[in-house]
Amino acid sequence: MTFRKYLVLAGVTVLSPVGDALLNLGMKQVGTVSLHGLSSLILATMNPWVACGILFLIAYFSSYMAALSWADLTYVLPATSLGYVLVALIAWIGFHEAISPTRWLGIALITAGVGFVAAGPSLTPAHEQGKPAAREAVSQEVRP
Amino acid sequence: MKNGYAWTAICLNVLASTAGNVWLSHAMKKVGDVGELWKQHGLRKVIGRILTTPTFFLGMLAMAVAFYSLLFGLAWGTLSLVVPAAASLTFVANAFAARLFLHERVGRRRMLAALLVAGGVALMAI
Repeated sequence: MTFRKYLVLAGVTVLSPVGDALLNLGMKQVGTVSLHGLSSLILATMNPWVACGILFLIAYFSSYMAALSWADLTYVLPATSLGYVLVALIAWIGFHEAISPTRWLGIALITAGVGFVAAGPSLTPAHEQGKPAAREAVSQEVRP
Repeated sequence: MKNGYAWTAICLNVLASTAGNVWLSHAMKKVGDVGELWKQHGLRKVIGRILTTPTFFLGMLAMAVAFYSLLFGLAWGTLSLVVPAAASLTFVANAFAARLFLHERVGRRRMLAALLVAGGVALMAI
């Protein structure tokens, strides 16, 4: 794992909760959007917080795709689930929401899960026919 | 009855997001390391390679189905049921699907990590 790859994983972890928080902030300003007034949903994207939130979520999806290009799905999903913890911490510190003991236990379980998976390799060879197909696919030469 | 609809939406969400993740992962493995590709051939090549991979579009379609099934689930069920159930079941389903379809080696460590995260997500939404 290189520094760039850790940076991409950090991007997947951080960009999604920050994007969600920005969308939440923007939609609080926009107000309720009903199904009959879909034009107001389009207008909502003009809100600077909503626009920033969408940009963060696009960046999140790009980082997620980049991570999947060199790591296993079963590595990327748990390794980036610290985002759930981040949302809770943003809600606790930023919005002064109370966190129950059950939620703290949830945070502990997620952190343990991330620790377990992060200690292992990011890419495992395919077990089928004993061929490292996944690794080959990742390190394959660029097609012309 | 509403609970039945909610669970149908949860099941659809788990299936669709698992299929979406598997297809996207398959597509990106075919594309190769995007960092290296970008360095050697530029961003246009990366985008071109992604857009010519059919499983990328299947993945996006499945993700869209997952998103709408979550919305329907939220319309029929409570937030505290739909979100934790869908998210935690998706973690476990992904571990099995990755082993079955992507031939990833999901050993004890990764399965335990998936179960811990799934349990943690369920607890956090209570």
